[in-house]
Amino acid sequence: MPTRRRAALILAALLVLALASFWTALAAGSIPIAARDVLAALSGQDTPSADIVRELRLPRALAGFACGGLLALAGALMQVLLRNPLADPYILGVSGGAGVCALLAILLGLPALGVNGLAFVGAFGAMLLVFGLAHGDGSWTQMRLLLTGVIVAAGCGALISLMLAIAPEDRLRGMLFWLTGDLGQSGSSWPPLLALAITLALAMPAARELNLLARGAMQAQSLGVAVNRLRHAIFLLASLATAASVTTAGSIGFIGLIVPHLVRLAAGNDQRLLLPASALAGGALLLLADTLARTVIAPQQLPVGVLTALIGVPVFLLLLSRQPR
Amino acid sequence: MMPPLLSTSDLSVEIGGRAIVCGLDLQVAAGERLAILGRNGAGKSTLLATLAGLRPPAGGQIALGGDALPTLSPRQAALRRAWLGQTQADPFGSTVLETALTGRHPHLGRWSWESPRDAALARSALQAVGLGAMENRAVHTLSGGERQRLGIAALLAQAAPLYLLDEPLAHLDLNHQMAVLELFAGAARDCGAGVIMVLHDPALAHRYCDRALLIDGDGKHTLGGVDDVLTAPILSALYGYPLRELLSGGHRCFIPE
Repeated sequence: MPTRRRAALILAALLVLALASFWTALAAGSIPIAARDVLAALSGQDTPSADIVRELRLPRALAGFACGGLLALAGALMQVLLRNPLADPYILGVSGGAGVCALLAILLGLPALGVNGLAFVGAFGAMLLVFGLAHGDGSWTQMRLLLTGVIVAAGCGALISLMLAIAPEDRLRGMLFWLTGDLGQSGSSWPPLLALAITLALAMPAARELNLLARGAMQAQSLGVAVNRLRHAIFLLASLATAASVTTAGSIGFIGLIVPHLVRLAAGNDQRLLLPASALAGGALLLLADTLARTVIAPQQLPVGVLTALIGVPVFLLLLSRQPR
Repeated sequence: MMPPLLSTSDLSVEIGGRAIVCGLDLQVAAGERLAILGRNGAGKSTLLATLAGLRPPAGGQIALGGDALPTLSPRQAALRRAWLGQTQADPFGSTVLETALTGRHPHLGRWSWESPRDAALARSALQAVGLGAMENRAVHTLSGGERQRLGIAALLAQAAPLYLLDEPLAHLDLNHQMAVLELFAGAARDCGAGVIMVLHDPALAHRYCDRALLIDGDGKHTLGGVDDVLTAPILSALYGYPLRELLSGGHRCFIPE
């Protein structure tokens, strides 16, 4: 029996987890900062380490949390939209389009702002392309949307391989970091945070309808869901959330696929709980992964996408093995 | 005078360019039960989905409770008719009670959660189909017949005055077939529900329905009282197989020659 009380308790627990991961992200690094100094820096006092916390770690932590939340939320929405547990935010080619344009920008030697801007153009272009092709004749089937998206993503993948093959040596590292995801280059943290808040605010009113959509379009329609309108809205929302994250931090893998499943295994499949819980858990997981990525072999940094997978896989397998069959 | 629960005028239904019915005029009033019969692929499910407003008709009008379907929002339609499809799928898994509660969706506001009253309605619907003890079971652990009854429980929880049932007896053993037919007969008799169901057994259709709509599959249909329409000659022509009619204990039976 789904109740508000149970949902509130689970969300409160995840909020604590998210705050703890923020704390770790601010305190840990190549220069460890004591708890007292972190608090002092956050409250605006000028201590020697205040600049590191306020100028470097806090914006990066906020951007990381927002991107993780966006990816997990977009993944949860895509899984319902396509009624496919294997769907992730990148399945319909949004990150492929962003990748092609971002690598092109790196290849041309554009500054970070240009890379981000072109990445968003690419993500948006891929979204419109998939929507137009899948929806061209007015019909809309999951299979057609899925196939169109996968093929567009494959085409983008080929272009990305081509650019990697012809790229000069000195650009290659930056391109590879973009492809696995990198929070180091993520300018301002406000756009992704705002995108996360807007996506969640727009998706939550439709959460119970999404529960029905997961059971099938006819079933949902017979129970009073305006199915086509809902599908279009969810497609646009999930794509824009993905675009916002990819533009900020590159295509960080795994979060969007695994976090919704983690939450589903632990707390069930009611979207009213799943959507906000995925946002919190995705944000916390990416924040922890990014903190590890910049501390494990500091001062050198690892690609964060590698660590999201290294943390996510064992946690997921553990939960799966504890699940009653 | 209450408007009929469902009425169609000059209704045409097509699928893939093939006509299923043409010029169908049908009224279903409170307490009435109608069976739809026809061969495999004749278009029974397509017709039922069209009557439910889930796909557009090729021509003509359909009204629910006196209001034309295009003027009703999906939610308003869901409060006037409940539709049982042939498959109930849930790729992500849920419990029996959660599935029964889906029937309450059209009654709830956008932000509301299921109340104890909704839960009580869902539980009594589960009781009615004999799943009362299974509310915490995961749906994927149920048998095909139990899943079918769970679909019917969700339908009962929806509490709409008109039931559109696509093969409600699929996967059910004999005693549950009779229990389900008795359940909807009781709903029609005691609560004034209208019932339209796709059936494959003309004997059960004769016993549990007032009227029958026979679909030929090439655009022609026959609509009439069960005593007039469900006869050996007509059914033999419908199914393309000779049937013999027997009378036993006041019930008509049809056996293949």
